[in-house]
Amino acid sequence: MRNVFIIARRELGGYFATPVASVFIVIFLVLQGALTFNLGGFFDRSQADLNPFFTFIPWVFLLLVPAITMRLWAEERRLGTIELLLTLPITQTQAVLGKFLAAWAFCAIALLLTFPFVITVNILGHPDNGVIASGYVGSLLVAGAFLSVGSALSALTKNQVIAFVLGVAVCFVFAVASYPVVTDFLSRNTPVLAEIARRIAVIDRFQDFTRGVVSLRDLIFFATFIGFWLYLNAVIVEQRKAD
Amino acid sequence: MSADGQPVLIEITGLTKRFGSFTAVDTVSFNVARGEVLGFLGPNGAGKSTTMRMLAGFMIPSAGTASICGHDVQRDGVAARRVLGFLPEGAPTYPEMTVTGFLTFCARVRGYIGKELTQRVEHAVDLTRLGGVLLQPVETLSKGFKRRVGLAQALLHDPPVLVLDEPTDGLDPNQKHEVRTLIAQMAPQKAIVISTHILEEVDAVCSRAIIIAAGRVVADATPAELQRRHPSGKLDDVFRQLTMEAA
Repeated sequence: MRNVFIIARRELGGYFATPVASVFIVIFLVLQGALTFNLGGFFDRSQADLNPFFTFIPWVFLLLVPAITMRLWAEERRLGTIELLLTLPITQTQAVLGKFLAAWAFCAIALLLTFPFVITVNILGHPDNGVIASGYVGSLLVAGAFLSVGSALSALTKNQVIAFVLGVAVCFVFAVASYPVVTDFLSRNTPVLAEIARRIAVIDRFQDFTRGVVSLRDLIFFATFIGFWLYLNAVIVEQRKAD
Repeated sequence: MSADGQPVLIEITGLTKRFGSFTAVDTVSFNVARGEVLGFLGPNGAGKSTTMRMLAGFMIPSAGTASICGHDVQRDGVAARRVLGFLPEGAPTYPEMTVTGFLTFCARVRGYIGKELTQRVEHAVDLTRLGGVLLQPVETLSKGFKRRVGLAQALLHDPPVLVLDEPTDGLDPNQKHEVRTLIAQMAPQKAIVISTHILEEVDAVCSRAIIIAAGRVVADATPAELQRRHPSGKLDDVFRQLTMEAA
């Protein structure tokens, strides 16, 4: 566990040593703010909740999380530092976990910086802060899910652009899997797949959290989802590290 | 034990690496005992780096085994890497980190904390003369300094086994001389493998040389013995003769 934290600490330091951190956080906050206030009609609704905020957050993550993960492994492979990292006395699992935790902590920092929204609704009305808290937990889990996907895909290539595009594409599939456009098509042709698609949809699970429901089923779903992709990540690193 | 009673620290047996139908390293076997400095020679693409990567546990061999201080690099990788100082080809380092930051990270991963960590980093910095650039990001350093940062990382934990892939590449003549002196100083306590294609280096620091061509060991002898294999008595000519035959 110690090694995981040492790696995570180095990674997180790396975000802040480069403009990556500030650019990401600023764009995230601006985008999230613009969507919530303009498209979401935050004020026009005259309701003291953060629903417009949480409606857009998975889509903002869909676009921005792969921008964090694209460099995780692709950059190490391009620079050759992967050879240095993996010949230190650590296991590959520790390296995978450390990188993932650093990226997740970074998303958590970005998410924490949206606190003015919470203050605003609390000044303007009397929101249910429990629902807001569970919405934040859900947002963090969605970020974790997308991060695990992006991290695994980043290990496939040396090219960050490919890692980014693959990341967005695969996260998008998991985001919209339960949308009628997908499930209707699937149930007409292969009903079994439609059922699976409904169950693996990240956004569906997230919506429970935005309604204030934190269920064990959803938590297990996210834990399994992240665990699966991180396992895949470790397998891909093992197979392709030296290519 | 080797012939002169020193323990064997590196054992490589039948090491083979195939990429598809191409065999990069073909049943390479050798041992290195403490006190030996093995020069690993060969033309570009002969399989030097591939062999060293397998020894460092970074590449998985297609066949054969390698062990460091008795730890198999595949089955017991973490223990093997703990006693290994490895300088990968090109001396990769994280460009945005400062020299201190990078070495501190490596020392932490190696399990050092507190005062000992500081001492280890300082000692490695002294050995590689990095004192003047400690707070500079690695990406702003010259090629020679970058190589020395990589070297500092490999020496940090004073490992019994050193595997250095082209440690003097990119250094100026003075720096080359310093690194060779450093290697010679450390030699009695360690088993050292260095790859190079600078043949004068072999004469200067190596107690033994292995020439590898097209993935196979074509010679394994002391530099003096190798020189006698060609009428001219020059290592260059021996090298050319052996590697051209194999290619």
